[in-house]
Amino acid sequence: MTSLPVSTEKRLGLAIDLDTCVGCQACVTACKGWNDQGYGAPLSDQNPYGAEPSGVFLNRVHSYAVQPIEGAAQTINFPRSCLHCEDAPCVTVCPTGASYKRSEDGIVLVNEDACIGCGLCAWACPYGAREMDAAAGVMKKCTLCVDRIYNENLPEEDREPACVRGCPTGARHFGDFADPDSKVSRLSAERGGYALMPDLGTKPVNRYLPPRKKDVRHEASVLAPLLDIKVSGFVGWLDRVLGKI
Amino acid sequence: MNPAPSVIVFSVLSGAGFGLLFFLGLGFAQAMGWTAFLWWGMGYALAIIGLLASTFHLGNPGRAWRAFTQWRTSWLSREAWASVAALLICAPMALSDWLGLGWPRAIGMVGGVLALATVLTTSMIYTQIKAVPRWHHWLTPVMFLGFALAGGAVLAAQSFAPIFLAALALILLAIWQVGDGQFARKAQSLGTATGLDRIGEVTVFEQAHTAGNYLLREMIFAVGRKHAQRLRAIALALAAVIPAVLLAISAGPWAFAVAAVCHVIGAFAARWLFFAEAEHVVGLFYGKR
Ligand code: SF4
Ligand code: SF4
Ligand code: SF4
Repeated sequence: MTSLPVSTEKRLGLAIDLDTCVGCQACVTACKGWNDQGYGAPLSDQNPYGAEPSGVFLNRVHSYAVQPIEGAAQTINFPRSCLHCEDAPCVTVCPTGASYKRSEDGIVLVNEDACIGCGLCAWACPYGAREMDAAAGVMKKCTLCVDRIYNENLPEEDREPACVRGCPTGARHFGDFADPDSKVSRLSAERGGYALMPDLGTKPVNRYLPPRKKDVRHEASVLAPLLDIKVSGFVGWLDRVLGKI
Repeated sequence: MNPAPSVIVFSVLSGAGFGLLFFLGLGFAQAMGWTAFLWWGMGYALAIIGLLASTFHLGNPGRAWRAFTQWRTSWLSREAWASVAALLICAPMALSDWLGLGWPRAIGMVGGVLALATVLTTSMIYTQIKAVPRWHHWLTPVMFLGFALAGGAVLAAQSFAPIFLAALALILLAIWQVGDGQFARKAQSLGTATGLDRIGEVTVFEQAHTAGNYLLREMIFAVGRKHAQRLRAIALALAAVIPAVLLAISAGPWAFAVAAVCHVIGAFAARWLFFAEAEHVVGLFYGKR
């Protein structure tokens, strides 16, 4: 049903660390790799080796240049995937009931057998988290790797989303935001984790951890203290005499 | 937003068709026999061709029946119900007008109101989308209803049609004026979308992908916006001003026929602009609008 649950027992989601993300796109490939063979229709590509390739991805990484008022510009890499919003507009607009939010853990999913591919949910999502599969004609989105996180056939350490597991710098963290003691909740509290476009009222679960403050750059030369020599004794007397001549 | 032909054809034709059914249902066009048959037939044809066109927009049209299930939350689902209800309830009235059965007009009134309600549900599909600031405004349903009533009045050959057309002209001017400032009023930028405005000024360093994707094609359509002003003038003239002047001068059947064709072409231009000019906030992540 496309009515949203009033509350969910867990609020599973990701904390994405913009400080550690190096923009390597490993999560993009890990996500595509896992979701190409698991949940629902494979993520199709059109014309992959042609002049105008196109394909479905559930996770994309942008790179931005940010210029603070003072100091040097920074490159900030910015992964973008579904935020598993509490007040998900993509769910309520769906005419078929294909889009739904699970009451047990808050994951937003698409039942591909019921999806008519109208695309309205992708319009409703402010974050561009949904992409239509051109081959299957159904809507694809991040599943929070629901087929990994509860999968008892996988070794314990693999029971987390592919993007989290695949990130070489540990910039993506998975956990339950409803539990204030979970790793993601603590990280978010410590680092001032924020939601995207909160004024649109979607109440995202995912949090972005802002880049840490950069060290202040020393403009003066590191040799400066060595140049300012305080001399005393005979050399000092000589220095003073010579200075007067 | 991508001005997909199927959605433009759907919303223009079914809008005009349901507008006509509204006036026929309420009994504004006092027609009997085959004249009534043609009139009702035109209303049904426009509405149904439009509805069929909308299914071309679907990735899986074979499952379209499922769109009836979520009327509690979804305007698209409510539209499905309203359109079917309007078409079903208008049917006995059409039969009665055609064969002169003299059945109570109340049936037609209910059907006619449902026809207009269908147009309202269509407009709400767009109005509800907060991520498209230009659409998220009460003028959107006013504009859709304006088109249905003006188009319906012309097609039903009503003497008050010029007044409705004049009102439509004002609505169009208002929605363009207000719409142009809507994105700025929501005050979203690349900085607020990413939350990186808390650090400094944000620009795109490198795009997330080198090739196109669904988002860029569907939501970040910017082609042809540069002709917007000229198209607006064409839409305003064809959809409203020219038919209004024509019908103010002459009220013969030919005048109504020419006015109707003129109005529908203008409506296509206006609806194309409605999509092409609408900017989705997702464009911000790409440094576009
Ligand atoms: S990020 Fe988009 S797709 Fe995901 S729950 Fe929120 S609105 Fe829906
Ligand atoms: S594309 Fe599928 S999931 Fe999205 S609104 Fe349409 S039917 Fe629902
Ligand atoms: S949680 Fe899974 S589906 Fe979602 S972005 Fe990560 S890898 Fe992709």
